[in-house]
Amino acid sequence: MRHTLGVLVENQPGVLSRVAGLFSGRGFNIESLTVAPTLDPQVSHITLVTTGDETIMEQIVKQLNKLINVIKVVDFREVKFVDREMALIKVKAEAHTRAEALRIVDIFRGKVVDVSPNYFTIEVTGDEGKIEAILDLLAQQGIVEVVRTGKVAIARSKKNSKKK
Amino acid sequence: MKLTGAQIFFESLKAEGVDVMFGLPGGAVIDIYDEMPKHNIRHILVRHEQGATHMADGYARATGKVGVCLVTSGPGATNTVTGIATAYCDSIPIVVFTGQVPTALIGNDAFQEADIVGITRPCTKHNYLVKDVRDLARVIREAFFLARSGRPGPVLVDLPKDVIAGKTDFKYPKNIAMKGYKPTTEAHMGQIKRAYTAISKAKRPVIYAGGGVILSSAAKELKELGERLRCPVTTTLMGLGGFPAPHDLWLGMLGMHGTFRANMAVANTDMLISIGARFDDRVTGKLSEFAPSAKIIHIDIDPTSISKNVKVDIPIVGDCKDALKKLLKLVKESPIEDLEKQRQPWLDQIQKWKETYPLAYEQKDDVIKPQYVVEMLYKLCKDKNPIISTEVGQNQMWAAQYYHYSEPRTLLTSGGLGTMGYGMPAAIGAQAAFPGRLVIDIAGDGSIQMCIQELTTAVENNLPVKVAILNNQYLGMVRQWQQLFYEKQYCATCLKMAPDFVKLAEAYGAVGLRATKPSEVEKVILEAIASPKPVLMDFVVNPEECVYPMVPAGAATTEMILV
Repeated sequence: MRHTLGVLVENQPGVLSRVAGLFSGRGFNIESLTVAPTLDPQVSHITLVTTGDETIMEQIVKQLNKLINVIKVVDFREVKFVDREMALIKVKAEAHTRAEALRIVDIFRGKVVDVSPNYFTIEVTGDEGKIEAILDLLAQQGIVEVVRTGKVAIARSKKNSKKK
Repeated sequence: MKLTGAQIFFESLKAEGVDVMFGLPGGAVIDIYDEMPKHNIRHILVRHEQGATHMADGYARATGKVGVCLVTSGPGATNTVTGIATAYCDSIPIVVFTGQVPTALIGNDAFQEADIVGITRPCTKHNYLVKDVRDLARVIREAFFLARSGRPGPVLVDLPKDVIAGKTDFKYPKNIAMKGYKPTTEAHMGQIKRAYTAISKAKRPVIYAGGGVILSSAAKELKELGERLRCPVTTTLMGLGGFPAPHDLWLGMLGMHGTFRANMAVANTDMLISIGARFDDRVTGKLSEFAPSAKIIHIDIDPTSISKNVKVDIPIVGDCKDALKKLLKLVKESPIEDLEKQRQPWLDQIQKWKETYPLAYEQKDDVIKPQYVVEMLYKLCKDKNPIISTEVGQNQMWAAQYYHYSEPRTLLTSGGLGTMGYGMPAAIGAQAAFPGRLVIDIAGDGSIQMCIQELTTAVENNLPVKVAILNNQYLGMVRQWQQLFYEKQYCATCLKMAPDFVKLAEAYGAVGLRATKPSEVEKVILEAIASPKPVLMDFVVNPEECVYPMVPAGAATTEMILV
C-alpha cells in the first residue's frame, strides 16, 4: 500500500540526508519526496510518499520521530488531507496535432508555458489521478519529456469546528 | 573575556563533569592538545583510535557516566567508526570529538579530510559539524544531553581547526531547546494497570530483561519484581548482571547459547514480560516459534523497539526504572492471591528442565577446557567484585555461561555489533574509572590480536587489567559453525601462526603467564590477580571445544543442540 507522510524538520544542513539515509539503511522505499521551507524559515516540510504494510508504516513513523531533527510526523492515513502534484510535460505539437493538444490542456485546466514550432510545454496541477489521465491522453500526441514535482500534501481543516 | 574554541572545549567538558578522556592527537586537534596541560582532565593516550572509543565505551558501561574520546581528522576519525557503531548497537553513552580541516577547506579533498559526519550518520544517535565557534558550547551541551538521556547512544562532534582556534564569549548554556527531541521517560499508568491485570492471570510467567535494565539502573526493582511475582527471570547477554545470577528464580541467559531451562521456559510461558530488551534475532531464533503461547508485555524507552520484530500485546513506552517502580506499586497494593501455590507447578517444571540439561562440560587431566578457566576465574575472583569484559565469539559465550554476574555494570561486552577487539580496551576504560578494582578481559586468541596495541596504553598508564586468553588456535566461533554445519572445512579459521603471548606481553612491559595443563590454571590466575601490572594469561585450551547449548541460526529456540 502507498502512504503519504508529512514530516516537519529543522531546516539544517544534512537533515534531508538523515531522512533519506534512514529509508535506504532500513530498506524502506521512497516513491517521492518534496521539501521546502515553511512559514517559519527554521522549519522545513517534507512530503514523502512511501509503500509498506501496517508494520512497516508503524516502523517508518517511529523511526522518523526518533531522528533528532524531526519535529513532527503527520501520518496521512489518520487524517483527511488534500494532495497535489505538478507536472511539466513537453509534447509534440505539429500542425495537425496542435489543436487537439490545446483542447486536452484546456480540459485539464493546464497551461501552455513554452511554445516552439514543434513543441508545447504544458504545466498541469492536480492529484495523482489527474496527472496520470492527462499523460495518458497526451501520449497519443507524443510526449518527449515529463518532469513531476512529486506529491505535496496538507491536512484538511475541520469543517464544523465551533467558533469560540 | 573571549575564550578560544579549545578553551571552551575544556570548560564545557568540566561543566559536564568529565574527569578522563581517551585520545590520540593530530594536526587538526593540535590546538586542543596545546591547551590540555592547563586543565585538570586526565588524558589517556591510546595507540589506535578504535581503542579510544572502546575505552570510552568501557568507562561508560562500568560507571554509567558519559565516556569521552578525542581524535584528529581524516583517518583518526574513520578509525573511530567501529567503536561508535559498537556503542550505538548497545545504547552506550559516549561523546566522540573529531578534528576536521578548516571550514574553508571542507569539501576540497584536503589533507586528512573525511566527511565523518556523513560517515557516522547511521551509527550515531546524532552528530554535529560545528561551523561557528559561537555554537560550540551549545553543541557540546546538547551532545552530552543526547548521549545520556532517553535511549542512550554515541554522539559525534566534528570540530574544524578554525573553530577550535576561533574566539568568542563563553557561557555554558543551562537550558536545552531541541524541538524534535522529547523522549518518553514516564511510563503510562493505564498501560501499567493493563499489564498487571494480565500478569495477575498468568500461570507461567517469565521475565525477559535486557540491557535497558542496566542502563536505567533498575536492577534493584527487577529483583523485587521477580521476587514479589515469584516469576523466573532470564536476561539477554546485555542484561547479565541485571538480576543476581545465584538466585532461585534465575534461569540463565536465553537465546542461541542460552540455557536449556531459559529457552524452554520462554517457549512454554503464557506471559512474557520483556523489560528493556529488543527481541534480537540471537534471542528469538525463528520468530514464528518464539514464545508462541505467550501474551507479551514490552517495556522499552524506544518506541521503535516495540513491535519491530515481535508483535506485542501490551506496549509500555518509558524508562525501565519508572515503569518497574509503578508496576511494583500495584503489586504491593494488590498482591496476587495464593501466589506460592499458584506458581509452584511452573517453578517445579523449570527445576526439572534445569536438572535435565544443566550447563556442563567434562574436565579431564590432560587438556584445559575453556569453560574450566572461566569457572576458575569466577571461583577465585568473585569475592573481589571484579569487572569482566569480553571479546567476541566463543570466549564471550563461555564468559556469559560460566561466570555468574550478581551486580549490574560488571559485564562489559559487545552484544549488538559483536566487535572483536572490544574487550581489552573496554577493560582499560573501566580500570581508568576504578583504579583499585580487579578488571579482567576474557579473550580469545583471535580477538585479542585486534586491539593488542593498547597493552602499551595499559602499561604506560598503570592500568593493571588482566587478560585471560582462551587460546584454541582458532577463530573459534566461526570454526564451530564450520565444524557443525559446514562438514569441518576449516577455511581461514586456523590461527596456528600466532605470536608467543607470554613474550609479547613482556615486550609490551606487561606480565605474561601461560598454563597448558588443568593443574596450572589456578596458579596462573592467582599470580595474575596478585600482580600490580597488566597481565596476559595464555591458557592453551582444547582446540575443538564448542559452545553448547546451541540453537542453529534461524531455528526455533527449542531446537537446541545440547552436546
